[in-house]
Amino acid sequence: MTDDAPLLDVENLWVRFQTRTGVFDAVRGISFTLGRERLGIVGESGSGKSMTGRAVLRLIRPPGEIEADRLQIHGEDVLTASEKRMRQLRGGRVSMIMQDPKFSLNPVMTVGQQLVEALRAHEPVSRAEARKRALATLDEVAIRDPERVLNLYPHEVSGGMGQRIMIAMMLLPDPEILIADEPTSALDVSVQLQVLDIMDKLVRERGMGLMFISHDLNLVAKFCDRIVIMYAGRIVETCKASELRHARHPYTLGLLNSVPDLEHPRDRLEVLQRDPAWREAPSVSARQ
Amino acid sequence: MSAIDIRNLTVWFGHGADRADAVRDVSFEVADGESFGLVGESGSGKSTILRAIAGLVPTWSGQMTVAGETLGPKRSKSFYRKVQMVFQDPYASLHPRHTVDRVLSEAMQLHGVRDIDTRIGRLLDDVGLGPGFRFRYPHQLSGGQRQRVAIARALACDPAIVLLDEPTSALDVSVQAEILNLLTDLRQEHKLTYVMVSHDLGVVGHLCERIGVMQEGRFVEVLSVEAMRRQQAEAPYTRHLLESSINSIR
Amino acid sequence: MSTSQGLRAWLLTEEPTSRRQARMAAWYKGWLTLRSNTLAMLGLMVLVVLLLAAIFAPLLATHDPFAQDLGQRLLAPGEGGHLLGTDSLGRDIYSRLLYGARISIYIVALVVMVAPVVGLIVGTVAGYAGGWIDVLLMRMTDIFLAFPRLILALAFVAALGAGIENAVLAISLTAWPPYARIARAETLTIRNSDYIHAIRLQGAGPLRIVTQHIWPLCISSLVIRVTLDMAGIILTAAGLGFLGLGAQPPSPEWGAMISEGRKYILDSWWVATIPGIAIFSISLAFNLLGDGLRDVLDPKEGQS
Repeated sequence: MTDDAPLLDVENLWVRFQTRTGVFDAVRGISFTLGRERLGIVGESGSGKSMTGRAVLRLIRPPGEIEADRLQIHGEDVLTASEKRMRQLRGGRVSMIMQDPKFSLNPVMTVGQQLVEALRAHEPVSRAEARKRALATLDEVAIRDPERVLNLYPHEVSGGMGQRIMIAMMLLPDPEILIADEPTSALDVSVQLQVLDIMDKLVRERGMGLMFISHDLNLVAKFCDRIVIMYAGRIVETCKASELRHARHPYTLGLLNSVPDLEHPRDRLEVLQRDPAWREAPSVSARQ
Repeated sequence: MSAIDIRNLTVWFGHGADRADAVRDVSFEVADGESFGLVGESGSGKSTILRAIAGLVPTWSGQMTVAGETLGPKRSKSFYRKVQMVFQDPYASLHPRHTVDRVLSEAMQLHGVRDIDTRIGRLLDDVGLGPGFRFRYPHQLSGGQRQRVAIARALACDPAIVLLDEPTSALDVSVQAEILNLLTDLRQEHKLTYVMVSHDLGVVGHLCERIGVMQEGRFVEVLSVEAMRRQQAEAPYTRHLLESSINSIR
Repeated sequence: MSTSQGLRAWLLTEEPTSRRQARMAAWYKGWLTLRSNTLAMLGLMVLVVLLLAAIFAPLLATHDPFAQDLGQRLLAPGEGGHLLGTDSLGRDIYSRLLYGARISIYIVALVVMVAPVVGLIVGTVAGYAGGWIDVLLMRMTDIFLAFPRLILALAFVAALGAGIENAVLAISLTAWPPYARIARAETLTIRNSDYIHAIRLQGAGPLRIVTQHIWPLCISSLVIRVTLDMAGIILTAAGLGFLGLGAQPPSPEWGAMISEGRKYILDSWWVATIPGIAIFSISLAFNLLGDGLRDVLDPKEGQS
């Protein structure tokens, strides 16, 4: 395996749900790769962006089904891997950060216990060693006085700190890929930037691949190298973040223009006119 | 005449040693037909002010005069004909077992509106929902459609003042644009006074003329959107808020 | 065929055009969910059979359930034209079972009309009012909960006298506290939701909020709980019958039948076993149905 091979290789991914009224396709045949880069996946609710993130880790619950021509994490096939192997992958090679730290941290365990457990689940290290590394990682996510934080319970920390602790926990086993699903939507604006900066710095320093799933196109443009825009389970456009202003697809433009902007007031906001043809247009490949 | 006049409002939760002041000694006025924004981070007390005005929080002190009525511990029925509220989460603000029709007709019945059938039709038109939505249950509606129903419910009795508690923060940006446009239109058509709470300066700046910036239950600064746009904020906290929101948007 | 197709489409439409259609469509969708649950349908089927058996008991019975024939006593199932045998007084067990179904349904129906309603009212009022009303009502509930159910029922029956009506009353009076607890817990979460705030802002009074907005949401969890408790109710009734405090002989109540068969259990197993099987299968059927109803009635269902 050469080093420039993609960390994540997805081709023709479908996520299907059987419902009473027929089959509902949440993700409809998308293809993308993730290298050691920051890839933003943007779309509105129901666009299938979160499903994509979960499908990569095979976290879709029945009646949902995953189908793909290829779904590989660093050359390893996810679709045929055993459940045991998947548990090793999840949190080991691939970590996932969810939207709200309140629901991701166990309320009856201290932060320290959870961090140590998370690491020891993936590596045979002693408690003392795990604790030392937990401290170091908390330090990395800019938590002052990590000794004290280790002994706190999740309800005793603020939302921003909770999310930084989550990031620390996810980074402890040294994953190659980080999937962040709306990691800052539950946070206040001023805290958002701080959390994102930390995440960004760590991902770059460690040379990880980041899959940043968000509804906020501008935010993603700021923090990612490459952007994939999803609509109705398909990729409608993909571009370099720096070239977002040259985006072509009317959906992308609509998303960009519908955000109210303090500096450039308008009487009316532009409203997205949804074209039914967007749904049917074939998915754009985001492979590199 | 001002639509809303709040003087020295303090709101607290709990009592005795557990008492926590969510709003401390806040005073502001909103003129008739004005749109006033309250901005701050979560826990700054901005929503609590709205809830105190609406009568959902009984523990407050100070003076509140709203629509010519000096408010006591209980709100009269006529108060609710003049003041209505739209909540943040459209998924939580509609009764899961009531159809759109039931939600709207009940609101009208309570206010003694006659001719309910035709009025519901008009109301649904007003908020951009066709008659096809009338007999649907909330779970058959998208987030934006639910919020339109919630707005229709607030407008059912032709109020003069509408309190908006983060009406778009649970919605997608494109839907947010639709709802903000709708609120702009309704305000013009019905000559409404808005008090809007939001954490998003862009949203508040779009809809409001004046903004009160809150931190830890107090007003840090009250300034016009114009001044904010020209970066004339004086309080360091407002500047910080401005910077981070402009940074995150552009 | 085409009309049934049309009806189905009418019921499943996304855009109902009248109040009636919207309500029927909601019911129909619930029915479809229930129908897809095989076990729940099995439970429902058993209960329908029971209901039909009770209604048509005079037609289905082969003998008079009260007719004694001491020459034919303790016949094994199948002997002498008695499908399920006879008891110690020579009465046909099959016929008694059919008539006994009437009594069981009667008991269940009466309890269901009293206990959950009392529980719903007490629980929602306590939950919504809060303060000292809440404390008073809930401590009362606790007192009732602190007694073992059968013992309390026994005490009531002893005070009121033996008989089916009194047994039902005793069971109802001991069965409501858990419902009150559930209703209160539900009310506490519903009370602070935005849709209750919203209707308060329309100027609705507490009576309207409790009956029109809170009850519909509590009722579903109560219905589920009731179907799950149904088995317990039948068993308590049977237990009272067994102890000789419920239905009085010669009435063919199932618990009383077991009680009578107890003496012959070693020689004539069927006398006690067959009503036992009846009680068992009805209880199981109610449990299965209750489980299925949970899926249909859960208000969180279909919200996302």
